[in-house]
Amino acid sequence: MAKRILSLWFPYLATDRLSKHYPELKNKPFVLSASEKGRIVIKAANLLAEQEGITAGKVLADARAIFPSIDDFKYDLEVINKLLESLAAWCLRFTPIAAVDPPNGIMLDISGCAHLWGGEPQYLKTIVKRLLDNGYEVRGAIADTIGTAWGTARYGSGFSIVEKGKQIEMLVSLPSDALRLETPVLQRIRKLGFRKIGQFINMPSATLRRRFGETLLERLGQAVGSYPEALHPIKPQQPYQERLSCLEPIRTATGIEIGLQNLLESICNRMGKEGKGFRTGIFRGYRIDGKVEQISIGTSRASNDPLHLFKLFQLKIQHIEPALGIELFELEASLVEDVEEDQEVLWNVGGNPKKIAELLDNIAGKIGMNAIHRYLPTEHHWPERSVKLTSSLDEKPSIAWPADKLRPLHLLAKPEPIDVMVQLPDYPPMLFTHKGKAYKLMKADGPERIEQEWWMATGQPRDYYRVEDENGARYWLFRSGHYEDGEVQWFLHGFFA
Amino acid sequence: MEGTAKKEIIKVLRESILKIEGFKSVTNEMDQPDCMLNDMASAFPYGRFPTGAIHEFISPTAACATSANGFIAGLLSALMANGLPCLWISTKRSLFPAGLKYYGIEPHQVIFIDVKKNKDALWVMEQGLKCNAVAVVVAELNEVSFSESQRLQLAVEQSRVTGFLHRKRPHKENTLACVSRWKIRPKKSYIIDDLPGVGFPMWEVQLEKIRNGKPGKWVFGWRDKQFVSIPLTPLQKIPVLKMEQYG
Repeated sequence: MAKRILSLWFPYLATDRLSKHYPELKNKPFVLSASEKGRIVIKAANLLAEQEGITAGKVLADARAIFPSIDDFKYDLEVINKLLESLAAWCLRFTPIAAVDPPNGIMLDISGCAHLWGGEPQYLKTIVKRLLDNGYEVRGAIADTIGTAWGTARYGSGFSIVEKGKQIEMLVSLPSDALRLETPVLQRIRKLGFRKIGQFINMPSATLRRRFGETLLERLGQAVGSYPEALHPIKPQQPYQERLSCLEPIRTATGIEIGLQNLLESICNRMGKEGKGFRTGIFRGYRIDGKVEQISIGTSRASNDPLHLFKLFQLKIQHIEPALGIELFELEASLVEDVEEDQEVLWNVGGNPKKIAELLDNIAGKIGMNAIHRYLPTEHHWPERSVKLTSSLDEKPSIAWPADKLRPLHLLAKPEPIDVMVQLPDYPPMLFTHKGKAYKLMKADGPERIEQEWWMATGQPRDYYRVEDENGARYWLFRSGHYEDGEVQWFLHGFFA
Repeated sequence: MEGTAKKEIIKVLRESILKIEGFKSVTNEMDQPDCMLNDMASAFPYGRFPTGAIHEFISPTAACATSANGFIAGLLSALMANGLPCLWISTKRSLFPAGLKYYGIEPHQVIFIDVKKNKDALWVMEQGLKCNAVAVVVAELNEVSFSESQRLQLAVEQSRVTGFLHRKRPHKENTLACVSRWKIRPKKSYIIDDLPGVGFPMWEVQLEKIRNGKPGKWVFGWRDKQFVSIPLTPLQKIPVLKMEQYG
């Protein structure tokens, strides 16, 4: 597709910013100055000051001679650059590619965007009107190349649109300043009497190179379109991103849902063809008051099923605050992974891993990922360490679950100390008291000694007993320590069914 | 001859009533997992443990809760034989995954969802029951209202997933829209030939309520990865019942 570039120029960017903040300055001439080479030089002047003959580049003392009571403020380049960046970010609602063009311009790549606003004239009018309403004096021009758009915005008449392939026709009428040349080159051109680009554009390139150097040819080529030039967008384009602008601001949940469905369908369609899927997705709504509302989702397996993803987003749509309305929706897949073909890796036979993953995503979306646990065996005898958590749905146990040792169905997270009556040392207990209640034990199995793993931890070994009380309830008790060492402590650790 | 014909007619009529009530007859024996509770067959509609329905378990004490989980684990091993995973939802979980191996379950086939609130547990259970890629959904919680249980029942009617609602120490044993109500109590373990030590787990299984079936009381043990039934001998039966009636 042919490129179309919109160049915006803010002739009074710095002063407009100030009069926006201090409305009382609106009807007064004032300047912004900074010290340069030991002098205080005017960096920006507002329209009224310019009418008095005070322009940027003059020394402040000279300006004071013309207009003694002129107001002077400090010029801060950093603030201006930040302002420019935020204006470019604001322009993202009109096109996904916006770049700053220092010191006081913005470049937008509007290829394929303008028709959404009913054509280029309408598009340009909308942007300019919104900026003017915001208090910024602005000029703009649309052309095929960055160079021509830049020149036309600054030296053309008002708001011009250069039709496709008509760059040269436009350029011939523009002054030589419209080529973005360095001052020495520009001075040399002027010295030779070239006021307009048309006077030298058709000269042989060898002559131009000899007289003015390579830069002129480069700039000329960029303006005409024979020489490449790239924008540096403020926001690098995401490969998986879809946008949907609305004719009317959207304020209802139903409207948001429809927008989301549309976006999901187109993005999933593309992902399906490429074999990719969402792991993380962000859905943004650009509100007309300039705020951006966003919700995000995560999946446990890459998915490009629009219905499933919609369900995940749906749980969060209520968190979007549309306020006066949302004018642009944007869906971005910030983490994309290859979709795994449905192999029956997880569940031995049958099963539908995709459905399970979707169910778990749904649960994770509402309750949180940390609510879902799946365990695998580890090669440890110590009960607390004999299972480990896995976050993956597809991970299979590396060793078989041990079946030779009986383990309780319920295990206390922390063993609880109990008082025990034992006939003889190393005999199983006859009675134990837990939380003030005594349990008379009738049967016992054990002991099963489990030693501390010395390479991980030091401490007493545990002697586990499986016991049953007179009602048939079965417990897992252990004694920590040896009798010959004196101190022993009994604990209740689990329950058998 | 006439008597048997009448019996046939009654049987056909009964089955058509069951169909209207949502119990599907077993067309293919292979489809239906065998829950090994053969000695209870007379209690169930169609003579088989009802799957694709919600079963309620009530445990008044912690020891009963452990026994009920053991009994559920035994049922799970049969229901999960088709290789589908199980969702185990709890509000206060103490279940130890490695302990499930004894009941013939591969613990990594169980996905545990630990939530804080009853409401969340019920929401997750409903989502799980709607998904026919899981074999069973177990939820351990305490309070469930009748309308909440109705929602669960509606979910399983579509997907035919089996659900176990295990209520631990509920404040009130209110009626629920479940197909059955079970109470499992631990019993003295089963020992062969008076050997010393703790034997195989045994439970007193009380089926308090079953839709289109006959409630009753049985004793089951778990041995060699299956349920074994132990007939209630009068000697065992009398003291237990008396204690309950007067206590």
